[in-house]
Amino acid sequence: MSGRDAATPTWLGLIPGVVLAALFLVPFGIMLAVSVALRDPSGSGFYTWGFELQSYARVFTFFVGRILFVSMTIAAGAAVISVALALPFTVILAQMSRRAQTVILVILLSVLSLSEVIIGFSVSTLLSQTAGVGNLLALLRITEQPRAYTPSLFALMTGLCYLTFPYSVLVLYPPVARLDPELVEASRTMGASPLRTFFGVTVPLLRAPILGALILVFVFALGSYLLPQVLGRPEHWTLSVHITDQAVYQSNLPFAAAMAVVLLLAALALVGLALLVARERRAA
Amino acid sequence: MRSRLGAFYVAVLMLLLVLPLVVVGGVSLNGGQNLRFPPQDASFRWYGELFRAADWTGPLRNSLVIAAVAALIAVAVALPLALHAWGRGGALSRVLYTLGVAPFMLPPVITALGFLVFWVALGMYGQMAATILSHGIFLVTLPLVTTSLGLQGIDPALLEAARTMGATRGQVLRTVVLPLALPYIISGYAFAFVLSLNEYIIAYMVAGFTVETLPIKIFNSLRYGYSPIMGVVSVLFVGLAILVYGAIGIFGNLPRLLGAEQVREG
Amino acid sequence: MHDLSLRGLTKRFGSVAAVDDLTLDIPGGKFICLLGPSGCGKTTLLRLVAGLEEPTAGRILVGGQDQTDTPTHRRNFGMVFQSLALFPHLSVGDNVAYPLAIRGTPRAQRRARAEELLALVQLPGMADRRVHQLSGGQRQRVAIARGLAIDPRLFLLDEPLSALDANLREHMQIELRQLQTRLGVTTVVVTHDQKEALTMADVVIVMDQGRVQQMGAPMEVYRNPANAFVAGFIGTSNLLPGRLLDTSTLDISGQRLALGPGDRVKCPPGPAILSVRPEDVRFGPDGLPAHVTFIRDLGESVQIILDHAGQEVTALFSPRERPEVAIGHAVTLTFAPGGCVVLAP
Ligand SMILES: Nc1ncnc2c1ncn2[C@@H]1O[C@H](COP(=O)(O)OP(=O)(O)OP(=O)(O)O)[C@@H](O)[C@H]1O
Ligand SMILES: [Mg+2]
Repeated sequence: MSGRDAATPTWLGLIPGVVLAALFLVPFGIMLAVSVALRDPSGSGFYTWGFELQSYARVFTFFVGRILFVSMTIAAGAAVISVALALPFTVILAQMSRRAQTVILVILLSVLSLSEVIIGFSVSTLLSQTAGVGNLLALLRITEQPRAYTPSLFALMTGLCYLTFPYSVLVLYPPVARLDPELVEASRTMGASPLRTFFGVTVPLLRAPILGALILVFVFALGSYLLPQVLGRPEHWTLSVHITDQAVYQSNLPFAAAMAVVLLLAALALVGLALLVARERRAA
Repeated sequence: MRSRLGAFYVAVLMLLLVLPLVVVGGVSLNGGQNLRFPPQDASFRWYGELFRAADWTGPLRNSLVIAAVAALIAVAVALPLALHAWGRGGALSRVLYTLGVAPFMLPPVITALGFLVFWVALGMYGQMAATILSHGIFLVTLPLVTTSLGLQGIDPALLEAARTMGATRGQVLRTVVLPLALPYIISGYAFAFVLSLNEYIIAYMVAGFTVETLPIKIFNSLRYGYSPIMGVVSVLFVGLAILVYGAIGIFGNLPRLLGAEQVREG
Repeated sequence: MHDLSLRGLTKRFGSVAAVDDLTLDIPGGKFICLLGPSGCGKTTLLRLVAGLEEPTAGRILVGGQDQTDTPTHRRNFGMVFQSLALFPHLSVGDNVAYPLAIRGTPRAQRRARAEELLALVQLPGMADRRVHQLSGGQRQRVAIARGLAIDPRLFLLDEPLSALDANLREHMQIELRQLQTRLGVTTVVVTHDQKEALTMADVVIVMDQGRVQQMGAPMEVYRNPANAFVAGFIGTSNLLPGRLLDTSTLDISGQRLALGPGDRVKCPPGPAILSVRPEDVRFGPDGLPAHVTFIRDLGESVQIILDHAGQEVTALFSPRERPEVAIGHAVTLTFAPGGCVVLAP
């Protein structure tokens, strides 16, 4: 990066440019084309190329509308609970020694990268009849018989919060860690209690990052695919589940693609909003 | 909030986070073909079984091969992109950077479906190469972010110093930039490896019926017959993740890698 | 022993001319100090010479060859950066041998040369250490050794000693000077510490606002500043506004002052500034009236601050010559023969 020339040769950008265009943009283009393709009535192939908006017409029906509504409600619930739990957690975490922070971050990252399958399996085991909570309550004679708490909406929300909590912490971590500690200390020296400082100083200062985190966690939860199947009942299935179902089991790729395109647009709009919120914070 | 109450709060949440993993770990120790906790007739029997039972060794091998190669592809795409964005900036590199980060910000089912129709169109649907390439592209984000962080930490004076000592641009990249960014590139590879190992939906949509990976196998077992081996795989995955991130935590600066500070180092 | 010549060298950053139409000839084998206030363009000039910045206009010649369009890595200079820029991923020995490795020198030869260079900067046997295991002064020496590894045609240093504490800095100044004398390499050191410049340099170049204000031997610049800026910047000077009546008479706030044969006049009759060093201020029977406002004992010297018609004047005495005065006393000021320089305002 000298004053005379750039540190890297021009052609270096070509490699990722070509690869990403070929393997990322082209698939999206094909998906767009498939969403308006004609469904093959014979059922042997998936579809034939063409142009019709019938799949989109199906997306905007009551059936899909309800799925979308359920998906969004569940995701929003999980996002709110997770971020509410994660915010004080992150604030305390950022004040710990670097060693303690590293240990906790390692555990959070490990949980975050766990497959949804494993999280679903773990939570369902924990809430099952033969292991975990059911057993424990029976042992303590709080309940007569060990019982299962899964599948249920409660189990699904537990699983989703388990999935999104580490993500929320990691999204909140950078802005919280860069918060000027003197602001908080100033409030403390002026006699405010820790709790009062948290709600009176920390939370207002972090309003934009919190909003951004809520949106990102919401999109993240919206993408969950396995937990609704493992921990929830069919009426809790999210749009992700239905898209896969249409694509793989019903062999209706055009409809699946149309739903994916709608989901994509919704997610893009939300992520864009989150980025906008973050930028406004920096400008302020 | 540096009170005892705060520490208690963190401890309780960490406990809740670890609890399901403990239960799964206990379940994996059951002697018989059941999922009880506390385990009955505790033994490590199923740990051996994972590496013996043919229906589990296949997915195990698939998962490892896919993760190892896909992470390599992710690094191979991310590294030149990160270097380009760092060394030149400009609109093109911003667009590319956004493209590199995008797969990770969107619900994965969208990317999965995109890959599905793509590989169907190419006639590669159901092949392991399709899974590997899809994971490689999907996971570009991780090495891209870690490598960019590493590059931003390099003092520009080091590059100028190398130039005054006679190094060409290529030599500066090779002898200064890459060695300094290497820990971050390795971290990126490790992140991508762990996440590929755990990824379900793309692997499932692209080749789920022919190339079974461990997550797919576990999900199928959840439907068609429980076995403590599922617990064993979970324990191994958790152990591997802790090992990888622990190593990054010990040899690197995890708080910085996750965006805690904007300081330069090196 | 390569000369360095600059011909109309200019560098603009937007509307700011960091280096402004500079023409200079620096003789080969000399030790040159570039001196000037912060932001005057010293670093920019050094970076231009090194090829790290592209000049807006002008040429750079080294040993008679035009280097303006030669890329940095083919100039074969040595450079020490203010931050030192030692490679954290290489050992001390590999840092020193880096320029040789780049030129494809065989490993054994590299190793021997690194040892030799480290011995030269008094760090024998340190080749296998990591950079972060060294003290600040040791790092400084490693950076210097690295800059000298290829027998550079020019050795450029940007404030190389500014990070060191005062004692170590003085020590390193002497060491650096001795090293340069031994090797005879044309050396340009940027500094904003004028004492450092006066102790080390064969030639001092004083810069301000991207231009050279004066170039010359240290004592010459000190005794005979070319203008009021140099007089004020190098050492401490008393600068008294007045009028030059003819080539040997000066009027300072109504008092006539006769200039002696050693005094220098550098402007035509008219408004002028008298520059006098504190050690040339004396108390005598007749001269400028003043009174003592403060006395500072500095140990090796005594500083007496005076007020002459609202102008502050500083006088410096050795403890032995200390006059018997106290705060408030009225005195008259005279100036040692040859101590006066009359400059354009
Ligand atoms: N890359 C740049 N872009 C814009 N302006 C610059 C740049 N580099 C230097 N300048 C400007 O050029 C002028 C000279 O800067 P330079 O760094 O050469 O000063 P300096 O004499 O080395 O000062 P110091 O003693 O503080 O290091 C300053 O006004 C500075 O703001
Ligand atoms: Mg400078």
